Amino acid sequence: MTSAIAAARTKLVRNGLLGFLRYGLMILLGTMFIIPLYWMILTSFKTSGEAYLFPPSWFPHPVSLEGYQAIWGGIIPFNLFIVNSIIITSLSVIGTVASSTLVAYAFARLRWWGRNFWFVVLLATMMLPYEVVMIPIYIIFRKLGWLDTFLPLIVPNFLGNAFFIFLIRQFFLAFPKELEDAARVDGANSLRILWQIILPNSMPVMLTVALFSFIGSWNDFLGPLIYLHQMEQMTVAVGLSMFAGFRSPNWTAIMAGATISLLPIMLAFVIFQRYFVKGIVLTGIKG
Amino acid sequence: MDQSSISTADLASKDAADNQLLIASRKKRKFKENLEGYLYAAPWLIGFFVFTLTPFFSSIWYSLNRWDMVTDIKFIGFQNYTDMFKNDVFWKSNSVTIRYVLMALPAGLVLAMLLALLVNKQNKIMMFFRSIFFLPSVASGVAVYVLWRWIFNPEFGLINYLLSIFGIKGPNWLLSSDWALPAMVIMSFWGVGGTMLIYLAGLQSVPQHLYEAAEIDGANLMQRFWSITLPMMSSTIFFTMVIGIIGGLQSFTSSFVMTGGGPDYATYFYGLNLYLEAFHNFRMGYASALAWVLFVVVLIITLVQFKLAGRWVYYEAGE
Repeated sequence: MTSAIAAARTKLVRNGLLGFLRYGLMILLGTMFIIPLYWMILTSFKTSGEAYLFPPSWFPHPVSLEGYQAIWGGIIPFNLFIVNSIIITSLSVIGTVASSTLVAYAFARLRWWGRNFWFVVLLATMMLPYEVVMIPIYIIFRKLGWLDTFLPLIVPNFLGNAFFIFLIRQFFLAFPKELEDAARVDGANSLRILWQIILPNSMPVMLTVALFSFIGSWNDFLGPLIYLHQMEQMTVAVGLSMFAGFRSPNWTAIMAGATISLLPIMLAFVIFQRYFVKGIVLTGIKG
Repeated sequence: MDQSSISTADLASKDAADNQLLIASRKKRKFKENLEGYLYAAPWLIGFFVFTLTPFFSSIWYSLNRWDMVTDIKFIGFQNYTDMFKNDVFWKSNSVTIRYVLMALPAGLVLAMLLALLVNKQNKIMMFFRSIFFLPSVASGVAVYVLWRWIFNPEFGLINYLLSIFGIKGPNWLLSSDWALPAMVIMSFWGVGGTMLIYLAGLQSVPQHLYEAAEIDGANLMQRFWSITLPMMSSTIFFTMVIGIIGGLQSFTSSFVMTGGGPDYATYFYGLNLYLEAFHNFRMGYASALAWVLFVVVLIITLVQFKLAGRWVYYEAGE
């Protein structure tokens, strides 16, 4: 009897200890994960004098907007970069969501000759590294005279994205066929079925796709780097790297720029976190 | 199922003229269905032909030519490929890329697994920490790379300050040819949140009764992990490993923004070499050859994955 109690007690103590260890480790790691972001925001609000203090201060004193003023008032037109990024990103997101949805609908709900064959092709294209087609695509856009315009960064998005088509298709497959048949009997065509029956019930997957294409486009570096060469056309991503590329970088300004460029992503993350999670888990693509 | 096939069956017994008419209308309907399917799929089909298939073949052609986009394109056979294997920078970039993957990937996967195990419980605190671990992986891109440049600043950076608390004088990190690559490895650990989520989903799909049975048999925590969790998750782990290797092979932006490949080629990744050959040296043929070598390697890795973990991939593809 007593030994049973003793055993139960050791188990309790051990579980307590394990729980303590678990939370301790989690808090330690959590701190390590959050500190870099805090460091970024912290530096962005320091004066350049304070940024180069050793040991560093953990609170800006005074809270300074020097970095933000430098990035907006400097020789590099950061305002314009933000506007450019917004234009490119919003059009890309619209194009990606619209085209991927149409194509996914064809693969999930319509019956047409060669559908399965093309679906295998679609899956195969996902394995093709972008580097293989990068140079020929560049040459196509060069021949079209699209260099130094936003077109190469926007137009391809209107032709669907294999990952997103796949993701939406999986979601569309889950709808009961009866729903659609009933609407067909009532004389609805497929566009109406897609618009009035499927889409209103597909918001989660639409949001997931919109978020991922938003991040992909907002963060895109290689694209603008290859296709844009004029200062006033640059995006936030490339502009920021130009800022940081100076011989004596102004770190408060760069951190201000980094904070601004991460702000939309952070906001989206806070509001739509579970759609991010869904997308990651379903496709295995990361960020 | 199909409206037309049911009515066909019903009417088949009726007179032949009616039947003829019906077959015609069925053919018409079939045509309409096909047309509709191709119309909906058209955006991707066009994209596939213009931006995947054609580039795919022209890339092979370019790789067999010498071309700087200014002078005429010149066919040189496999010379780009033989040049490549005699090129010092090519081998340096291979070594950098392989060393990076070897350092970053196993440790990163272990860390992701540890985090997933830590937060694998449904309560508010766990959800909060999940978000914290996941957040940095979402915040990818140039902002993150410039942030880490600042963190690795030898004099005023965060890391060397933290080291100095323990009396350690930190290295020059990105400015040192010995420490630049390890610095990028450390940075990569910050982005394991996505992998953590994949593992978390895997952990939650392990049948609970296995653990209960093991507990009754007196298996302790470690035993349960080694003999249930790990085997049940092997295909997931393998999948993340393959994705990680392919990602490492294609790594470009981080080295471009943080080090430009230096110092002394210490962070000269394969992807960076490819970009610079194409868009700085304008050796389009040679860069295409580099892309094709990359493609073949990725293809082999992918095929091996299919062979070893086909089950998981098919599960992913649904149906």
